[in-house]
Amino acid sequence: MKIVFKKKRSFRGLSLPENKITAEKSIEDLPLPEKVVIPLQQNIGANCEFIVQRGDVVKTGQKIADSKGYVSAPIHSTISGKVSKIVKMVNPVTGNVMDAAVIKSDGEDSRVECNKLFNIRESDDFFGLKRIIEGIDKEKVLKMIREAGVVGLGGAAFPTHVKLKPPPEKKIDTIILNGCECEPFITADHRIMLENSRQVLMGLYIINKLLSPEKVYIGIEDNKKDAIEHLEKLIIRMNLDDLSKIVSLKSRYPMGAEKTLIKTITGRSVPMGGLPMDVGAVVNNVATAKSIYEAVIEDKPLIERVVTVTGVVTNPKNLRVRLGTSISSLIDKCGGYRDEFNSIIAGGPMMGISFTGTDFPVTKGTNCILVKKRRLQDEQDCINCGRCIDVCPMNLMPLMYVRNTKKKDFGKCREYYIDDCIECGSCSYVCPANIPIVGYIKTCKSELLKK
Amino acid sequence: MEVEDNKILISHAPHIWRGLSTGKIMYMVVFALLFPTAAGIYFFGYYAVYLILISVATAVLTEFVIKKLRRKRFIMDGSAVITGLLFALTLPPRLPLWMAALGSFFAIAIAKEAFGGLGYNIFNPALAGRAFLAMCFSKEMTTWVLPSNFNYDAVTGATPLAENFAYQADKISLYRNLFFGNTGGSLGETSAMLILAGAMILIVFRIIDWRIPVFYIGVVAIGSFIMGKDILFQLLAGGLMIGAFFMATDYVTSPVTKRGRIIFGIGLGVLTVLFRNFSNMPEGVSFSILIMNAFAPLIDKYIKLKPFGFYKKRKNA
Repeated sequence: MKIVFKKKRSFRGLSLPENKITAEKSIEDLPLPEKVVIPLQQNIGANCEFIVQRGDVVKTGQKIADSKGYVSAPIHSTISGKVSKIVKMVNPVTGNVMDAAVIKSDGEDSRVECNKLFNIRESDDFFGLKRIIEGIDKEKVLKMIREAGVVGLGGAAFPTHVKLKPPPEKKIDTIILNGCECEPFITADHRIMLENSRQVLMGLYIINKLLSPEKVYIGIEDNKKDAIEHLEKLIIRMNLDDLSKIVSLKSRYPMGAEKTLIKTITGRSVPMGGLPMDVGAVVNNVATAKSIYEAVIEDKPLIERVVTVTGVVTNPKNLRVRLGTSISSLIDKCGGYRDEFNSIIAGGPMMGISFTGTDFPVTKGTNCILVKKRRLQDEQDCINCGRCIDVCPMNLMPLMYVRNTKKKDFGKCREYYIDDCIECGSCSYVCPANIPIVGYIKTCKSELLKK
Repeated sequence: MEVEDNKILISHAPHIWRGLSTGKIMYMVVFALLFPTAAGIYFFGYYAVYLILISVATAVLTEFVIKKLRRKRFIMDGSAVITGLLFALTLPPRLPLWMAALGSFFAIAIAKEAFGGLGYNIFNPALAGRAFLAMCFSKEMTTWVLPSNFNYDAVTGATPLAENFAYQADKISLYRNLFFGNTGGSLGETSAMLILAGAMILIVFRIIDWRIPVFYIGVVAIGSFIMGKDILFQLLAGGLMIGAFFMATDYVTSPVTKRGRIIFGIGLGVLTVLFRNFSNMPEGVSFSILIMNAFAPLIDKYIKLKPFGFYKKRKNA
């Protein structure tokens, strides 16, 4: 049966220099950190509150913060040791001040008691696992996913259990596993697809079981041929070929954005202001699928993730790190800096956030640490060339946002549908006048929120 | 928007840039304009070189002085070079040099900088400068010479679109002369071939949008057909080619959306046909463009794009 399908047509998008220098590097484990800093705000939705106090002894995988809100995910201790203090730190994404727990390691890494749903022996093969998954109780599994703190690992960090339990009036008929990784430099998902493909596919099988859709796709950009081939073979071996198709997509930025991905694969347009479930689709990242597998089958909460450390570090690597590890120790592991740099970016070069230093911890949404030198260039006047319009995947008119934000006429931006902007950065990337368009858009959006 | 602090840069995403700056775009346009410029020099001799040099020099100097007076940073982004060069290419080949300097000064000082500089001007500066001269010195601005190459003693003769233009030989050689540029007219407008060559570069590198020239020229062709004129002659003669490819496509003074640009091109075509057939002016390209320049902001106001996933929100829902 044919598994890999090619999609030649795509939305306009951009072709970016890929710079995926770590694509060939296997994932390495970072040694256990001596301390971790675990901030409270790690996902979209309600904020958590600590359920441990200063001085408490915690074990690896123990829940240390939770929230009563539905759209939220609990946070776990990622090492075993003692909560040495609760500090205040600035959330680099929102700029708000938030609490963070500092946990000093005892070096043991003793895990909290597992209460596995299933007794899995090492010898169990795919088919045994498949039988187990067939017999699971949906509510129980959703609860496990929530309790394990699983959020979308592609960067946005939306609580996964919410996605997997759509309201009953929304019929989900399509699941898409997002393996696009369209941002330059990042290779974390690419490596996961190669090295943890079994877990990814079993995670997909669990999602499939929860939502029972008609169609399941794995969308991968065609610059990751090896991942496509590898998953194809494994799908055949695991006898999943009647379930899932792989879609080989053109490498265009931002292919991995939910809306463009759904449009390219299914031809459906998510209505503006809407969610993928409005057109019957659910999109999950490949790394998230792996975490779902670990949460459900291994009862392992989300305490580590793969981070690509790249740019002007001596030895760019893909590292598996415990959440809360300081970025500086990741950079040290990569041999420090090999060249001058002036920006440290968490995330990819198109949408990442620049940090003021390296003393920030890795959080659930950190997929990449990029150290690079950026030439400072002055912003010039807009010359009306319309390139930002031509390149916008959401078919917006970014130059109008700059114009009206400069005039402080924020309401006018709404007439140009500023709320539909996904802040992918394509407009700023092509702007001849080097206008930080996304910066203006963010300013305008936050002004509109204040009203 | 960017702060440098302890050598660590805090800036908004994205952290990479394509690098095709305004300056690079402008110099690519200058490069493309060298093709019609070469034709002007070849057909109208050394005096053409003087006209071009004085126009460009005046334009750049004016911009420099005004930026200093306004206490703004002067950036050599090439836009003043384009204005000066384009302006020179619209001039009659034997215009007194001081008039060229005056027109170039007007183009930069009044049509561009008085509005706020690059990006804020409503009218194409080069064409505004030309319109200014056409009104102040209507006699000199309509004194045409026949191509004399590098022979200084030029013979006056009518521009092809003028009523008293007479051509004895067969039509094929007329078209050939118009296509290669061996005819009377403004410095840069005569050779359709070299204008197309330059414009092709800009279209291939996506510097200009093909929609404006294609719809402009297309509408002029249709209009000429309706009016019973010789279509090929109407397209090749006069400033249509250089206007459509190099002046109407100016970013600042044309609409930003693709649909807007199509409307813009159609409007230009209609106006040019009207000017050529119903007005006293033999030529209508420059005024057509100036008029449509004024409409460009209006087109942008009403042509709004519908975002991805657009649907009409019902009022009572």
